[in-house]
Amino acid sequence: MSSIEDVAGLHREVHAAEGENLLETRDLTVRFGGLVALDSVTFDIRRGEILGLIGPNGAGKTTCFNAITGVYRPAGGTVVFDGAPLGRIKRHQITRRGIARTFQNIRLWGEMTALENVVVGTDARHRTSVPGAILRSPRHRREERDAIERAAALLHFVGIADRGEQKAKNLPYGDQRRLEIARALATEPKLLCLDEPAAGFNQGEKVALIELINKIRDDGYTVLLIEHDMRLVMGVTDRIVVLEFGRKIAEGVPSQIREDPAVIAAYLGVPDDEVQ
Amino acid sequence: MSAWAKLAHPGDELRQWWGGLSRHAKWLVGVVGFVLVGLFPLFPPPLLNTTGISLGGTLAQFAMTALIAIGLNVVVGSAGLLDLGYVGFYAVGAYTVALLTSPASPWNQLDASGVLTTKWAWLSCVPIAIAITGLSGLILGTPTLRLRGDYLAIVTLGFGEIIRLLADNLEGLTRGPRGLPGVAYPRVGENHVPGGYFSSGNASGAANYGTWWFWLGLVLVAIALLVVGNLERSRVGRAWVAIREDEDAAEVMGVNTFKFKLWAFVIGAGIGGLSGALYAGQVQFVAPTNFNIINSMLFLCAVVLGGQGNKLGVIFGAFVIVYLPNRLLGVHFLGINLGDLKYLFFGLALVVMMIFRPQGLFPVRQQLLTYGRSARDLLRRGDPASRAAT
Repeated sequence: MSSIEDVAGLHREVHAAEGENLLETRDLTVRFGGLVALDSVTFDIRRGEILGLIGPNGAGKTTCFNAITGVYRPAGGTVVFDGAPLGRIKRHQITRRGIARTFQNIRLWGEMTALENVVVGTDARHRTSVPGAILRSPRHRREERDAIERAAALLHFVGIADRGEQKAKNLPYGDQRRLEIARALATEPKLLCLDEPAAGFNQGEKVALIELINKIRDDGYTVLLIEHDMRLVMGVTDRIVVLEFGRKIAEGVPSQIREDPAVIAAYLGVPDDEVQ
Repeated sequence: MSAWAKLAHPGDELRQWWGGLSRHAKWLVGVVGFVLVGLFPLFPPPLLNTTGISLGGTLAQFAMTALIAIGLNVVVGSAGLLDLGYVGFYAVGAYTVALLTSPASPWNQLDASGVLTTKWAWLSCVPIAIAITGLSGLILGTPTLRLRGDYLAIVTLGFGEIIRLLADNLEGLTRGPRGLPGVAYPRVGENHVPGGYFSSGNASGAANYGTWWFWLGLVLVAIALLVVGNLERSRVGRAWVAIREDEDAAEVMGVNTFKFKLWAFVIGAGIGGLSGALYAGQVQFVAPTNFNIINSMLFLCAVVLGGQGNKLGVIFGAFVIVYLPNRLLGVHFLGINLGDLKYLFFGLALVVMMIFRPQGLFPVRQQLLTYGRSARDLLRRGDPASRAAT
C-alpha cells in the first residue's frame, strides 16, 4: 500500500519519536460572555496517536477544537504545540506551524474544482507571491508543477481522483468530506484535526473512513478526532478524552473509558436514587 | 446541445475549444483576434458605425473602460471585495498625469525647471500614475480590508467621493472645477500630422486620434490580460477565489487573507490608474465632474453584465456600456434621443440580469492552475494501490 509520502512527496519531516507530546493544553478556558464553554481543560496529544475527543452535545468539543486551531482566542490557559506556545499568532500561521483541520459543516470553496481546493492547501507551503506569478519565475513554475502533482496524488489517496475536475459543490456528500481531509493533508500538518468526519455517513462509509484514518496514522500523522459515533471512536482511537459541560471528566484508553462510571453517567444519565 | 442550453451557457463551447488549444495556438488566435479588433474602426460595418460621434473616440473610451473592468474584476470578481469607489483610482491616475504635465498645475514638470521632456512626458508619467494609484490602493486597503461585505462597500464609496471632493476643492493645486488643461500626450508622428497622431488636432478620417488612442489602449488591455491571467493561474488567484468563496476557511487553510486582499486592491487600483492616465492623455483635460460616483456604478455595471470573474466577459460588458450609449446618441425614437436614456437602460438591464442571470452574460469558469492540462493526466493515471485501499 502506498503511503502519503510515496504519493505526495512531503517536504518536511512530520514524524517524530512516538509517545512524546505534540500538543499540550493547560487549563484551557473559553468564555462566551457569561457562558464558560471550556473550563480549565488540560490534556496532551502524543505524537503518532489518534486521540478521540468525545462528549454529549454541547460539551465543548468543537469549542476546544476552535481554541486549538486559533478560531477562538482562549480566555485563559495555554496551548503548546511542538514545543512552542501558540500564543497570539494568526490563524494562517497556525496552519503553517503544522495544525490542519476539517470542518463539521463542510466548508469547501464550492466554485473551485476538487483539485484546485487541494492545491490551495498545498499553497500553504509555497512562497510565490505577486511578482513571481506575473513574471512566471522558475520558483513559481516549480511550485505549480509540484502542487498539482501532490494534489492529484492526495485525491488518489482519499479515493476521489476521478472527480478531481468537478466543482467541489457538485461532489456527493461523502466525497466532499474526503476532499476536506485531502485539503487538510495538503498543508502537510503534524496534527490533523477531524471534526465529526463521519457525520451523515452510513455504516459502509464509516468503515471506509476508519480505514482511511488508520492509514493516515500509519503514515506517521497525529490525529485529533471529534466524533459522536461511539463505535467509530472506540474502534479507531488510541486514547480518548471525554468532555462534559466544558470540563474534562475522563481520559484513558477506549476500554477504560467504556467502563468509566462518570462517562456512562454523562451519556446515559444517572438514576434518580443515585443523585446526591 | 439544445438551443436553450446553448443560450444558458454561451461561453461553454468556446471555452472548450479554447481549452483544447496548445499554448502556441492560443497565442496565434489571440494575436489575430486583437489585430481584427484593431482594424474595426478603419473599416466600420455600416450598421455598427456610430453616427452621432467619432467611432475612433468611442472605441478609445471602450479601451479605457475595458482596462477599468479588468482591474475592477480583480477586486470584485476574483476576490469578491465589493468596491463602490473605484472611480477614485481612475481619478488619482488621471490627476497624477495632469498635475505633472499641465501648464496650469503648480507641480508642472514640463517647464524650464521640470524634469520631464515634452516628447516623453506622457509615457514617463504612466508608471508614476500606476505607482501612485497602487499606493493609494494600499493606503485605502490597509485600514479598510479588515471590514467585510457591506461595510467595505460603504467605505470605498466614501473614498471615491473624497477623491472627487479633494479635486473639486483644492483650488491651489487642481484649480477646482475649472480643471487642468493641456495635459501631455505621446508625441508620435509630428512630421505627418500637426501635433502628432495622438493629438486632438488629428480629428479627421477613420484613423483619427481616437483610433490611435484605441490602438494604444488595446495594447495595454492585452498586457493587462496577460498579467491578470498569470496571477489567476497562480497561488495568488487561487487565494482570491478561496477568499471570495469562504474567507474563514481560506484563513484556516493557511491563506494570508489580509495580504492577498491587499494585493487585489493594489493591483486593481494600479490598472484603474493606468486607465486614468490614458484618459488624461486622450482628453488632455482633467476636471472633477468626470469622476462622479455614477461612473463607479457604470464600471461595476460592466463587470456584473459581463460576468464577475470572467476577464473576457467584463471586456464585453465594458463594450456594451460604452458603445451602446454612443451608438444610440442622436438616434431619435418618438422624439426622444435614445442616447440620453443610458442610465435607464442600464438600470433595467441590471434588474433583468439579477432576476434571470445573476452570474452575468458570460458566467465564469476561471483557470486557476498553471499546468491545468497536465493535471487531467495526473488525475486519470490509475493509482491501483491506493484505490484498492480506499
